[in-house]
Amino acid sequence: MELKTVIETKELTKIYNTQIAVDRLTFKVYESEIFGFLGPNGAGKTTTLLMILGLTEPTTGTVQVLDVNPVREPLKVKRFIGYLPENMGFYRDLNAWESLRFVAELNGLPRQVAEERIVDALRCVDMLKDANKKIEAYSRGMRQRLGIAEVLVKNPKIAFLDEPTLGLDPDATNRMMGLIKELSKEKHMTVLLSSHLLHQAQKICDRVGIMINGRMVAQGAMDQLAEEKLGVGKETYTLEEIYMKYFQEA
Amino acid sequence: MQGIKPIYKKELSDHFSSYRFLILFALIAMVSMITAYMVGMSISKELKDIAKPKFVFLMLFTSSGAWFSLVQFVAFFGPLIGLILGFDTINRERNEGTLSKLLSQPIYRDAVINAKFLAGLTVVAIMMASIVLLISALGLIMIGVIPGQEECVRIFIYLIVSIMYLAFWLEVAILFSILFRSVATSALAGLAMWIFFSFFISLGASAIANSLTVDANDNNSDALVLRTKIETTINLLSPMELYTDSTTIIINPMRKTTRTLVQMGMMEQLSMSRFSGPLPLSQSILVVMPYFIFLIAITVVFFAFSYVAFMRQEIRSL
Repeated sequence: MELKTVIETKELTKIYNTQIAVDRLTFKVYESEIFGFLGPNGAGKTTTLLMILGLTEPTTGTVQVLDVNPVREPLKVKRFIGYLPENMGFYRDLNAWESLRFVAELNGLPRQVAEERIVDALRCVDMLKDANKKIEAYSRGMRQRLGIAEVLVKNPKIAFLDEPTLGLDPDATNRMMGLIKELSKEKHMTVLLSSHLLHQAQKICDRVGIMINGRMVAQGAMDQLAEEKLGVGKETYTLEEIYMKYFQEA
Repeated sequence: MQGIKPIYKKELSDHFSSYRFLILFALIAMVSMITAYMVGMSISKELKDIAKPKFVFLMLFTSSGAWFSLVQFVAFFGPLIGLILGFDTINRERNEGTLSKLLSQPIYRDAVINAKFLAGLTVVAIMMASIVLLISALGLIMIGVIPGQEECVRIFIYLIVSIMYLAFWLEVAILFSILFRSVATSALAGLAMWIFFSFFISLGASAIANSLTVDANDNNSDALVLRTKIETTINLLSPMELYTDSTTIIINPMRKTTRTLVQMGMMEQLSMSRFSGPLPLSQSILVVMPYFIFLIAITVVFFAFSYVAFMRQEIRSL
C-alpha cells in the first residue's frame, strides 16, 4: 500500500550568518507513523522543526506539509501541527485549565468545543485531578504532560515533540513514551519525536532519521538500517549500535 | 486579527493581578491625595491675586501648592509608570520559554506585540483617568467649586495627552525589552533614557546654546533670541518638554504661548497685564496641536522600531 506523505522536504538548507545549521536536508514523513528524529546536540534538529513549522525561513530548499508551504502560509501549517518545544515554559500563575483554555483561544476554538477538548486532553495525560493547581507547583513530569495536553487541545494532525522526556525519571519516561505510542495509534497522529533515549525510541518509532552536523546521514525503518550498516537481521541489534556506527563515521 | 484578543485578555489579567500594579496603584492614590490636599490648602491664598477667578477648578491641577502640581508630577514621574509596566514585556516570555510556544500557535507574530502594547495602554489609561477623577472628586469636596463645561473639556484633553505621553514611555520600555535579553538591562536602559530626557537634556541645551551665542547680552537682542531658539529646539527633542509645554497651556488658559523669552518695554508690559484674559479653548488647542502631533509621531516611530525589531528576530534566539 502506498503511504501518504505528510511532510516532505527537498534540499532544505538554513545558514545562520556563516554557520550552516541544516545542510541540504531531504526527507519524508508518512501519515500516522512515529518518526524518530535522532542526532547529537546542535545537529540542527530543532532548526529543521522550526522551518517545517514556518517559524524560521529556510535559506534555500522547500518544505511541504500536507500540500501547504509553511513559508507562504505559516498560519495554516501552525493550525495542524502541535509543537512541544524543548525546555518549554509555562505561565506559572495559571493552572492547567487556564493554560489550556488560553491555547484553545489562540486557536480560535469556540467555547463549547474548547471545553470538551480540554477535558479530553487532561484525561489523556491523566491530569484531571491536578487541573486546578497552579503550574508553579507542578513537578517536571507533570509539566511535560501538560505540554502534551497543550498539543492535544489543538487536535493536530501532526505533533512535533522535541525532547519530551528531557529530565524525566525512568518511570515517567516509560509512561511518556507509552502515552506517545498510544496517541499516535488512537488519534492517527503523525509524530515527529526527537530524543536521545535510543533504547526508548527503538521501542516506539516506526522509522528513524539520524542527523549529524546538519545532514541527514540515514533514514528508514530500523531493520533496514541495521541490515545495511551492521549486516545483522531482525531483532538482534539495538538502535544505539546503529546510531554509534553512523556517529563514528561522521 | 486572530490572536490579539486572547493575548490582550491574558495580559490585562496579568497586569491586574500583579504586585507591580498594586504598588503603582498605591503610589497613585498617594499622589492624588497629597496633591489635592496641598492645593486645597493653598488655593484660597492663590485666588487673591486673580481679579476674576474664572477657572478655579483647573487650578487643582496646575497650582503647585507646597511642592508640586499634578501636571509637574506626571511630567517627571509619569514615564516611570510606563517603564515599569513595559520593561519585561517580551524578554520575560523569552527567558521563561513561553514565547516560542506562543508563536507556534496559529497567530500572526505581530499579534503578540500589538496585544501587549494595547494591554499596557489600557492600564495606563485607567491609571491616569483614576488620578484625574480622584483629584477632581477630592477638589469638589474641598473647595466646593463645580467645573464648567470648558474646564471639563480641558481636563479631558489633558487626560488624553497624558495617556499618550505615558504610552510613549511604555513603548520605549517594550522596545528595550525586545532588544535586550536580560530583564535588568532593559529596565536600566529605560531608566537611563528617562534620566537623560528629563534632567540632562535641558542642561546640555543651555550649555550648547550659550557656547554658540557668546555675544548675547541685553543690548544684542538678536543673539539673545537666537540663543533661546537653539535652546528650545534642543529641548523639544525631549518628550517631557513636549508634554509639559502642551499640557500647561491646555490646563492653564491664562498662558498664551509656549515661549519662555519675552523681551518688552514698559508700555507693552502694562498692556499685557491689563488685558490678560484667558485664552479661548480653540486657541489653546491651536497652540498645542503641533506638540501633541509630535508626541504621537515619536510614539508611532518607536512602535515601528519595536515592530520591525520583533518581526526580524530569529525564532531560534527566542
